[in-house]
Amino acid sequence: MHLLDNESVAARTRSAALSSASSVPEVSANRAAPSMDHLDELEAQSIYILREAFARLKKLALLWSLGKDSNVMIWLARKAFFGRVPFPAMHVDTGKKFPEMYAFRDRFGKEWDLDLRIEPCPPIDSVDPTLPPAARSAARKTEGLKLALNKYGFDGLIAGIRRDEEATRAKERVFSPRGTEGGWDVRDQPPEFWDQFNASPPQGAHLRIHPILHWTEADIWAYTKRENIPIIPLYLAKDGKRYRSLGDQDITNPVASTASNIDEILAELDGTKIPERAGRALDHETEDAFERLRVAGYL
Amino acid sequence: MNMILPTASISATPNGTTRPQVRIVIVGHVDHGKSTLVGRLLHETGSLPDGKLEMLKAVSARRGMPFEWSFLLDALQTERDQGITIDTTQIRFRTRSRDVVLIDAPGHAEFLRNMITGASQADGAVLIIDALEGVRDQTRRHGYLLHLLGVKQVAIVVNKMDRVEFSADRFKEISDEISAHLIGLGVRPTAVIPISARDGDGVAERTARIDWYKGATVVEALDALEPARPLVELPLRLPVQAIYKFDDRRIVAGRIESGSLKAGDEIVIMPTGKIARIKTVESWPVTPLHGPHGAGRSVGITLDRELFLERGDIIGHSGQSPRDTRRIRARIFWLHDKPLTKGEQILIRLGTKESRATVVAIEKAVDPGALSNEENSAIARNHVGEIDISLAQPVATDPYTDNPRTGRLVIEVNGRIAGGGLVLSVDAGRPAVPVDIVPVESALRPDERSARYHHNGAVIWLTGLPGSGKSTLARALERRLFSNGGSPILLDGDTFRAGLNSDLGFSPQDRTENIRRLAEVATHLARNGHIAIVAAVSPSTADRAAARRIADSAFREIYVATPAEVCETRDPKGHYAKARSGALQGFTGIGNDYQPPTGNELTIDTSNRSVSDATDEIERMLATTGILFDELTDLAANI
Repeated sequence: MHLLDNESVAARTRSAALSSASSVPEVSANRAAPSMDHLDELEAQSIYILREAFARLKKLALLWSLGKDSNVMIWLARKAFFGRVPFPAMHVDTGKKFPEMYAFRDRFGKEWDLDLRIEPCPPIDSVDPTLPPAARSAARKTEGLKLALNKYGFDGLIAGIRRDEEATRAKERVFSPRGTEGGWDVRDQPPEFWDQFNASPPQGAHLRIHPILHWTEADIWAYTKRENIPIIPLYLAKDGKRYRSLGDQDITNPVASTASNIDEILAELDGTKIPERAGRALDHETEDAFERLRVAGYL
Repeated sequence: MNMILPTASISATPNGTTRPQVRIVIVGHVDHGKSTLVGRLLHETGSLPDGKLEMLKAVSARRGMPFEWSFLLDALQTERDQGITIDTTQIRFRTRSRDVVLIDAPGHAEFLRNMITGASQADGAVLIIDALEGVRDQTRRHGYLLHLLGVKQVAIVVNKMDRVEFSADRFKEISDEISAHLIGLGVRPTAVIPISARDGDGVAERTARIDWYKGATVVEALDALEPARPLVELPLRLPVQAIYKFDDRRIVAGRIESGSLKAGDEIVIMPTGKIARIKTVESWPVTPLHGPHGAGRSVGITLDRELFLERGDIIGHSGQSPRDTRRIRARIFWLHDKPLTKGEQILIRLGTKESRATVVAIEKAVDPGALSNEENSAIARNHVGEIDISLAQPVATDPYTDNPRTGRLVIEVNGRIAGGGLVLSVDAGRPAVPVDIVPVESALRPDERSARYHHNGAVIWLTGLPGSGKSTLARALERRLFSNGGSPILLDGDTFRAGLNSDLGFSPQDRTENIRRLAEVATHLARNGHIAIVAAVSPSTADRAAARRIADSAFREIYVATPAEVCETRDPKGHYAKARSGALQGFTGIGNDYQPPTGNELTIDTSNRSVSDATDEIERMLATTGILFDELTDLAANI
């Protein structure tokens, strides 16, 4: 619930209480504004952030990883800009994604009328060999991202990370400056409050913009269901397993699950205490692998 | 808050609950046990991921150190290295009737910017105090900032009671001191709770060791927090984020900060005061939308007529619109390394509006952490103060007491947020214009010209005796600024008397009117980005003060203080000779009728220095007072 206005929760609960007290449906055209539920608030905040990014940066791109979070983000961008995403959607392609993911990209890139940019990653040999194997693989993606940044000269990259995903991401700002090498300096983050964002990256550096930072995994699923946003079928259980998070084929594992639709996923999440990224090998290799990656510019 | 929520909203809350969600910030002095309390709360409310506690205990063992509850939060390697929590993390847990989002803000003085980032999002706060150390400067500072950020519900936790043998007397001592401090700020603590976060006393249970305490536990205090007052009942405020023309629609996009709107409403666009009607409320994938839309919604509207509006304007309803102003008084907190001083050029962000601005006065600058409130003339880092701001262009705003959302601003230095604050009052600062006069504004914004000229608009007022060298200096300065690509314009008193002011003589009234006209013309040029250089004897202190009021923060007064006898020797226009012979009446110079200025920005005696040397000095003054742009140094890097 990061950055939602203080009072909106009250507005929601108060109006909800009012409407429960009245059993007669209201028909007056001049009735009070309908209350916002939790997803309405999340959506409104994300739209606000996307519009701020578009107003304040010169050359934006949205990072489309094809996963559930970035699909929600594209949906929100279409809402923010009335149907059309007014900046490129970039897929930094490791070449090692699941076939279902590529099929999804090719279909919805067209259906959603995206200005799709597919950018390759350099060979694995070019990546820091001291990193553990999965982290090294992820670092390769970071290199691919840096190449794409240099190629297009984007000053803002919209990324679908969430605070609740992983402890280091909890430290993020909504507008997060990156160094000229793409690095994240966790110690030197400017203050960010009252929905005022630091949108002036230093010369040669860029900003990461995180419009769904304040969402949770459950929020993403509830919103996907409400808005009927397409998903990759790998998220749904097959033979007792499903993917909670999708990365490269060789470093992502499914979790045990019987959830074959979004309602069942939500029910499952309500009971679980297992972290979302448990299936991502790179998070568990060393205590600080993830943080080292983020400092180097990983999402 | 006892309420029964309709079952219909269950599907809308993804965590399967219908309970109110409150956001909490935990603040206080470094090492007073904030992270420990958070770790303990997570454990007591059963919110830890499976295996997390065991994992951390294993990590502690591997590192050969005893387990601490605060490790739960110290997920970053860098944090463990430093031994302090360095930023906000947001963690969720459930109390009996609330979903709590916990924002862990740090206590270390270096990172007040992070505490503010966290606390600005909170519904309520827990202020933690070490029972042994008592109230410290950071405790008071955080208390003050909670008040400034508008966090009204503050629970006090007196931690480490185990280290004072659970002494009820020590608890009362601290409780009385902090309560007095907060009540003095207008913040009434919702609870004061003795605890030991390490051992668990007072967190979820009143243990035997604190049996003298009958109040709420921490978990109960959190459970009693109320979400704040709804904004939908205030007048409509829709700050314009952008105008989109992706297709044949011209959509004005923004988020409703307060009030509500619907198609057909008559609206007024501030600060220009233009009137229009909302034609449609646009959306996607379904459009248009019908019915009212309330505070918090991100919307897009179309209007019934084509008129010029831009990002930063605020849309309100007729009769309830925000104020337009170029002058604001604000209470601010400052986070920048370099103290904020009078005369400083800053960038203000008010909602989606940005404007260059000048600090014209600083008052009540204090360290909110110190016991004695010693006032300063500048606002140092982590200090607070009240400032008067003069804006380069009109903005729409409200005092924060009228509207907490449109009544707050942030200050940027070199592209980084350096401070923030609340709008205390708004001074329209411009005389009322008769209704049938419609001023037409320039097609160019002042900042467009500033970007080209590398200077802001200014009125440089050279005052001094006849023959003191005003015109010579004015001409040299004009040449210098022009050579540097600027746009200087010379307004000479005598030249004006030959034209615009030819109807005026030398009576006191006519002299006053002469100065007023010069100041008005010069100010008009300055508001449009030029540097107006006025060379005029202007002997009267009162007349010059009137000129300063007209030009406001753009005014730079230079006293050309060449001694009278030197002026008379020079006598370039032969006026002194005529006056001595009685041929010139009302001449300023040989009598005592020149009133030297005080509080002028610069004094120059031309009797003993070269013109170019004096011009250098004027140029330096213009650079240090924010008219000429200095080399851009990244002072903001350490915010």
